[in-house]
Amino acid sequence: MDWESWVVSTLNRALAYGTPLLWGTLGEIYAERAGVVNLGVEGMMILGAFSAFAVAQSVGDPWLGLLAAAVVGAGAALIHALFTVTLRANQYVSGLALTIFGLGFSGLLGARWVGIPLANPLPKLTVPGLSQLPVLGPALFQNQSYLTYIGLFLAVVLWLVLYKTRWGIVIRSVGESPATADALGVNVFLVRYLCLAFGGAMAGVAGGFLSVEYRPAWTEGMTAGTGWIVIALTIFAAWNPLRAVWGVLLFSGLYHLAYRLQAWFPPEFLKLMPYAFAILVLAIAGLRGARQLAPGALGIPYTRGEK
Amino acid sequence: MQDIVKTFPGVRANDHVTFEVRAGEVHALLGENGAGKTTLMNTLYGLYQPDSGAIYLGGKRVRIRSPRDAIAHGIGMVHQHFKLVYPHTVAENVALGLSGAPFIGPARVVERRLRELAARYNLPVDPKAKVWQLSAGEQQRVEILKALYRGADILILDEPTSVLTPQETQELFKVLERMKEEGHAVIFISHKLDEVMEVADRVTVMRRGKVVGTKAISEVDKPTLARMMVGREVVFRLSKGVCQPGEEALIVEDLHASSDRGLPALRGVSFHVCRGEILGIAGVAGNGQRELVEVLTGLRRPRRGRVVILGRELTGQSPRKIADCGVAHIPEERIRMGIVAGMSVEDNLILKKHHRQPFSRGPLLNLREIRRFAKQSIEEYEIMTPSPKTPAKLLSGGNIQKLILARELSGQPGLVIAAHPTYGLDVGATELIRKLLLRQREAGVGVLLVSEDLEEIMALSDRIAVMFRGEIMGIVPAAEASLEELGLMMAGERRAKEAA
Ligand SMILES: Nc1ncnc2c1ncn2[C@@H]1O[C@H](COP(=O)(O)OP(=O)(O)O)[C@@H](O)[C@H]1O
Ligand SMILES: [Mg+2]
Repeated sequence: MDWESWVVSTLNRALAYGTPLLWGTLGEIYAERAGVVNLGVEGMMILGAFSAFAVAQSVGDPWLGLLAAAVVGAGAALIHALFTVTLRANQYVSGLALTIFGLGFSGLLGARWVGIPLANPLPKLTVPGLSQLPVLGPALFQNQSYLTYIGLFLAVVLWLVLYKTRWGIVIRSVGESPATADALGVNVFLVRYLCLAFGGAMAGVAGGFLSVEYRPAWTEGMTAGTGWIVIALTIFAAWNPLRAVWGVLLFSGLYHLAYRLQAWFPPEFLKLMPYAFAILVLAIAGLRGARQLAPGALGIPYTRGEK
Repeated sequence: MQDIVKTFPGVRANDHVTFEVRAGEVHALLGENGAGKTTLMNTLYGLYQPDSGAIYLGGKRVRIRSPRDAIAHGIGMVHQHFKLVYPHTVAENVALGLSGAPFIGPARVVERRLRELAARYNLPVDPKAKVWQLSAGEQQRVEILKALYRGADILILDEPTSVLTPQETQELFKVLERMKEEGHAVIFISHKLDEVMEVADRVTVMRRGKVVGTKAISEVDKPTLARMMVGREVVFRLSKGVCQPGEEALIVEDLHASSDRGLPALRGVSFHVCRGEILGIAGVAGNGQRELVEVLTGLRRPRRGRVVILGRELTGQSPRKIADCGVAHIPEERIRMGIVAGMSVEDNLILKKHHRQPFSRGPLLNLREIRRFAKQSIEEYEIMTPSPKTPAKLLSGGNIQKLILARELSGQPGLVIAAHPTYGLDVGATELIRKLLLRQREAGVGVLLVSEDLEEIMALSDRIAVMFRGEIMGIVPAAEASLEELGLMMAGERRAKEAA
C-alpha cells in the first residue's frame, strides 16, 4: 500500500471512529463543568446504542433511533442527577453503578436482537465539491457521517456558549463555586440537572452512532470501553470543547493506526488500548496538576450549609 | 426584621430578634463570635428560612425564599468568606446570574457599566483582571460592586474589615460614607468596638442569639458597648513581664515553599525566635502564613532553606520527629487538624503521646494513667466537658481550643507555634488562651504567634514580623510598632531599616 492512501484512510477512519468519542466528550465536558462527574458514560452509551438500534429497526428510521438514544441517555443521566445532586451520593459510585446497570440491562433487553444487521442504517455523506479535492477530499469529505460534521459544529457552538454567553458563565460558576452562584440567585441544582441531562443525551447519541451507523447491528457490550476513553478525553481536553476536537482526533488517529498495524501487534493490544489510554491520561493529569484546570467544585455535592 | 427565630441542631442562633435599618444610615450589628449576626443576615438574604418571624421592607411584609428574592428586593450581601469565582474575571463574576445582561458577550457590556459604578463610588478595580490575582481588599470591592450593580438599596457587609489592612479599612469607611450619601442603607457587621464607634450611626448589639439593645452611636461609648456585648465588665489589658530572650528556639533561613496550587508561597523567609519571647507574625490572610506554619511543623516540604529548632536541624523532617523534639503546634483549623472529632476528650488529650510512657506499656494502653492525666488536664485548663469520654466534636470552639492547648503544652515544649489561636472564640476563652501563651513565654518557651488580629499581635508579641506575598516585610520591636507602620507593611511596603 502506498503512503498517500495510508494517510487518507487513517484520517478518514479516525474521523469516523472519533465521532462517538467527540459527542460523548462534549457532553461529559458540560456535566463536569457544572461540577458533576458522571462515570456512567459507558452505561449511557450502551443504552443509547441499544435503543437507537431497537427503534431504528422497529420504526425503520435511523434518525428516530438516534432521537430515542438521546432521550434514553438523558433519562439515565437524570437518575445519576437524582442520586448525586439531590441525594448527594458519591458521584463516582453512582456513575459506576450506572455503567454496570447500563451494560447489564442493555444486554438483557437486547438478547433477541443480537446478530441481526440493521435494515436501514444512517446514510453516508459525501460532500459535493469538497470531496473532489486531492488527498483532503477522500480523507475528510467522502463517505462521512452526518454526525461527524454535526459533532464538529457542536464543538464550536458549545465552546462559544461556554465562554461567550451568560449561560456559560452560569455553568462554569456552578462547577467552580456553587455557593457563589447560589448567593447570586442561580439555581445550582437546576443547572446541574440540565447539564447532566445534556451530557446524557450526547452520550446516548454517541452510542446510537455505533449501532445505526458505525457497525449497524446490535452486539452486547458493543461500546467496548469507549465511555472510559470519553472520561479520559474530558480531562485531556482540559474541559474545553475545542481542545476536545484535537484530543479526539489524536486518540482516534492513533487507535486506527494500531488497528492497521495489527499484523505486528497482538489483537489484545487493541482491546487494551482504551483502558491503557484512560489510565495514562489520569496519571499524567495527576502529575501535571490537572487539578488546577479542573472545575473547582468537581465531584463535590452542594448544600447550602443549612442543615 | 421582627421576632426572627432560627434554630440549628443544638443552638438557637437567633432568638426572637428584632432588627431595623433605615435608608441613609450605617447600622452596625455588633456581637461576639457566635452571637448570631451572620445567621440573622443570611436569613435576610434568603439563604436561611427563619423558623418564625417576619421581614418588612418599606413597611410591607415580604417573604424572601432565596437570594434571588433578596436581590429582587434590593438587598445585597458581602459575605465574610467572599463568594467569588476565583478563576473568572471581575466582569464575569459580576455578570453571573445577572438577568439584565445580554445573552451573548455579557462580560463586555458589564465591563462598561462597572467602570462607571467604580468611578462613582470610588471602588477602582480592573474588570478584566482575574479575581484570584486581586488582593483581598480588591476582592472585597468586587463583592461590593456586584451588589451595587444589582441595584442594592440595602447592603450587608459581614465582618468586612477582617481581611483588610488598617489603611484599606479607612478606604472602605469612605466608600460606606459615599453609599450613605447616595441613600443606601448599610448593615455593618463587626465584633470590633473601635470600628463600630468610628463608622456607624446606630448600633444593635447581639449576645447569644438575642438582641441586647439598639442605640445611637452618640449615646454610647466603648465600655458600654463592651459590657452589652459580653455581658460583664471587660478588662482590655494583659499584664506582661519584661522580655528576657534566651538562646534561639527557632531559626529560619531563606525558606522557600510552594502553595497547594504550586505557586511560590514562601520566598526567602528568614527570622528567629528566642526562648522566652513571643514573635508575632502579622499580615493579611493568604500571604504565606499558612505555608510557613506547615513547613515549620513538618506538614509541607520546603523547596529551599533551613529550619533549626531548639538547636537541631529539622528541615523537612516528619511532623512526628518535629513534635518529639519539643514543638507544640496549635493549628489554624482546630476541628480539622487539632482534634480527631469523633474521638473522646481523653483520647484526644494523649494523641501525640499515646505511644510513650506512661500512657502505654508495650502494645497496651495504660488506661488508668490516661484517665488520671485527662482529669488533671480538664481541671487545669478549665475544659468544660460533660465527661472525659465525651466526643471532642461536641465541645464548643473555646473548649476544643483549650483541649488542644492542654495536649500541646503538657510535654514541656521548647517552642510553641500557634496559628490564629483565638480566632472565633468568645472573650473568656480568648483571655485564658492569651494568658496561657504568656505563661509559656515566662517559662522560657519560644512562641511563634501567627494571627490576623493586629490587636492580639500587638498585645502579646515582643517583636512583630509582617508577611506579604511570601516575604517578611520587616521585623519591629512591639514597643516601637505603630498601627500605621504595620498597615503599610501589610500592604507590601518594605520596612526601611531591617532592624532586630
Ligand atoms: N449552618 C449552621 N449549622 C449549625 N449551626 C450553625 C450554623 N451556622 C451557625 N451556627 C451556629 O449558630 C450560632 C451563631 O452563629 P453565627 O450566626 O455565625 O454567629 P456570628 O456571625 O455572630 O459569629 C453559633 O453557635 C454557630 O455555631
Ligand atoms: Mg459571622
